[in-house]
Amino acid sequence: MSVLIQEADFDLASELATLRSGNSKVGAMVSFVGLVRDFSHNETIESIYLEYYPGMTEKALNKIIAEATERWSLINVRVIHRIGQLFANEQIVLVATTALHRGEAFAGCEFIIDYLKTAAPFWKKEQTSEGSQWLETRDTDVKRMEHWHNDTVRKSA
Amino acid sequence: MKIELVYFGRPREHLKVSRETADVPAEASTLAGLLAWLRLRGDIWAQELADSRVRCAINQEFAGLPATINEHDEIAIFSPISGG
Repeated sequence: MSVLIQEADFDLASELATLRSGNSKVGAMVSFVGLVRDFSHNETIESIYLEYYPGMTEKALNKIIAEATERWSLINVRVIHRIGQLFANEQIVLVATTALHRGEAFAGCEFIIDYLKTAAPFWKKEQTSEGSQWLETRDTDVKRMEHWHNDTVRKSA
Repeated sequence: MKIELVYFGRPREHLKVSRETADVPAEASTLAGLLAWLRLRGDIWAQELADSRVRCAINQEFAGLPATINEHDEIAIFSPISGG
């Protein structure tokens, strides 16, 4: 289980190779990669700027990972979140899970990214040709997170 | 009572402060009281730190407005989070 917050980009293939190595029980590996996209309606995004709360952010991510690991018996988890200035189409975040079977790996991965969006302290500012503005938690992300509170949801994945 | 204040996101940028040590009065011993006290610093503070516009953490755990503050706590004040 490991969390990394960094400015540098990451290489998906080498991250996945490391994640699954040394454990012959791993039967499934799922990865999610979030990309910088155009958020705004009227202007074009030139770049985004991301900041975090050193200490608290890692703690919050580790708590989310611990919960997912317990709930779906995950074998291994890797989370990388980038910070600083990022441009359109760049990778922002990686969530990768391994498990015995695909159901657990899929559910665990989705749970972690849904919780990360609403419970891990990151702040995102978009820079457009018209100026810059801080983005706020989106209602659709809160709804996705809340859906995991329903105990029957994917528990038997 | 001395506390550490840290700021992130929109309030950090607009108030031009990321960290300070503050000596706060007794009425600022909850997050709601602390925000009210900080809003007295002026227009931009009153505007940026409106209860509805900020979220807080005490010692790196999210906390609501009624939460109690103790000596030497690290209080974080930030705009709603937006990661991923």
